[in-house]
Amino acid sequence: MENENYTETKIYKLNKPIVLKCGKTFDNIEVAYQTYGKLNENKDNAILVLHALTGSAHAAFLNKKTNKKGWWDDMIGPNKAFDTNKFFVISSNVLGGCYGTTGPKSINPLTNKPYALDFPVVTIEDMVKVQKELVNYFGIKKIIVAGGSMGGMQALEWSIAYPEYVKSTILIATAARLNAQSIAFNAVARNAILKDANFNNGNYYNSSCPENGLAIARMIGHITYLCEEAMYKKFGREFKDTPSFDFGVDFQVESYLEHQGKIFVDRFDANSYLYITKALDYYDPIKSYGSLENALKDSSSKFLVISFSTDWLFTTEQAKQIVSTLIKLNKDVSFVELESKCGHDAFLLEFEKQTKIIKSFLGE
Amino acid sequence: MTTKEFNFNYKIVCNLIPEKSRVLDLGCGDGKLLKILKNEKNISGLGVEINQNYVLEALQKGLSIVQGDLDMGLKEFQDNSFDFAILNQTLQSTKNPEFVIYEMLRVAKRCVVSFPNFAYWKVRFYLFFKGKMPKSKVLPYEWYNTPNVHLLTISDFFEFCLKRNIKIEKSVYLTKRKSRSGFLIRNIANFFSEEVVFVISK
Repeated sequence: MENENYTETKIYKLNKPIVLKCGKTFDNIEVAYQTYGKLNENKDNAILVLHALTGSAHAAFLNKKTNKKGWWDDMIGPNKAFDTNKFFVISSNVLGGCYGTTGPKSINPLTNKPYALDFPVVTIEDMVKVQKELVNYFGIKKIIVAGGSMGGMQALEWSIAYPEYVKSTILIATAARLNAQSIAFNAVARNAILKDANFNNGNYYNSSCPENGLAIARMIGHITYLCEEAMYKKFGREFKDTPSFDFGVDFQVESYLEHQGKIFVDRFDANSYLYITKALDYYDPIKSYGSLENALKDSSSKFLVISFSTDWLFTTEQAKQIVSTLIKLNKDVSFVELESKCGHDAFLLEFEKQTKIIKSFLGE
Repeated sequence: MTTKEFNFNYKIVCNLIPEKSRVLDLGCGDGKLLKILKNEKNISGLGVEINQNYVLEALQKGLSIVQGDLDMGLKEFQDNSFDFAILNQTLQSTKNPEFVIYEMLRVAKRCVVSFPNFAYWKVRFYLFFKGKMPKSKVLPYEWYNTPNVHLLTISDFFEFCLKRNIKIEKSVYLTKRKSRSGFLIRNIANFFSEEVVFVISK
């Protein structure tokens, strides 16, 4: 079911600087956002949806220029999981991103050149702070937050940073922090970019970008988003053609990864990839607050946690850690592990089951 | 089981739970009992259920529910964190009933355990005269598709608790739509009761 509504990205310019977790004060922040549905008079029907590593503000409906649908179009719209007949849905690009919100490829007003690596190292906490400014601009009284993967981490951070303000939190295919294995994958991805001959210490905006490195980073990402079962189903050991007896692309799975890498370099900024994966790696409320219990103790939100059976990047065990903490704190929490053969990608694909669960949770 | 009889069983369980208790309903199914307890007794709490379709139905009722397998234990739950844990008509279908009971007693101060009594006279007669695995309204399955892998009797449960120093605080014996509680002669209760509801504690 496709939305026939068109959407546009708007820009909100923050009217004050943000103090970042690294200690720096950062000014001149712009946020790219989209909204779907209508804000009610009480200003309490808003849902903030939070995107994953490479997402944008374009979560739903069709883009006017490209006619492409948003990354969560299956979930946001009239009568969908996030029902735009009832809710006012806001989606924004994260701080450090490359889809309109201030990030390393934005122009630094002090130098009139892109920030590149002069951009401060930002964290999930900083992204959320910026989102709060956007939400304040709409005058929203209480909010529902929802996200998958890195979006789930942002949703979790919302419930920690604004414990009274968040009334419901939906955490999908996410964790309170990455495990060492996931950090390792991100490290390899960053290395591929940093070691690319075109990288030039991040100053590649006027020349060729480090596309080999960025493509490899994306290939690694895609391996982690699938699972053995999904790969078997999609590609098996099939050859693209016949064995080439050289080092070209032989297998279907190679061809898929190469394709994913290629199309990614046209749509994503390598510096943003460095910054955002770093933010993912750094996020650790358990360390910041001494324990997850301590981090969440003041929250008045109700929680819905969803994991997927074949997701090995953000595992059911990690989801259960959040669930058991919330149970311990006597919070209102529900948890579902959905059967899926899609690995981590399931949160973007298995929308039918998620829709039922989310609709029930949001009280329809 | 028909809805009426289900409701009767729910009523008995409901009477055993004090107002505003914190309740954990294990194997809560679609959440009917939990919903009744919320409405009638103002309880707070949540359900645990393994079947995903039931989880969805319970969510639709506005309940808090955690998907999980009782046989895997109640790791997510802290010691003594509930006033009551309920195991309603589920004990006989767990793989490891002893472990499940220990886990319940760990996380809750008191536990409500109910099950169909396999020593009920009609069940005995069924086996005696027909020579086949007994079937009834409370035991509707065939031997080859029953989830009830650990059927037991009232006397079995008394013995089980005695050996483990588990206190039986209350017992309610059910037949059709009648209930009797308290200190019936055990062998008589074991013969005449179709179902039983116990309140147990450490």
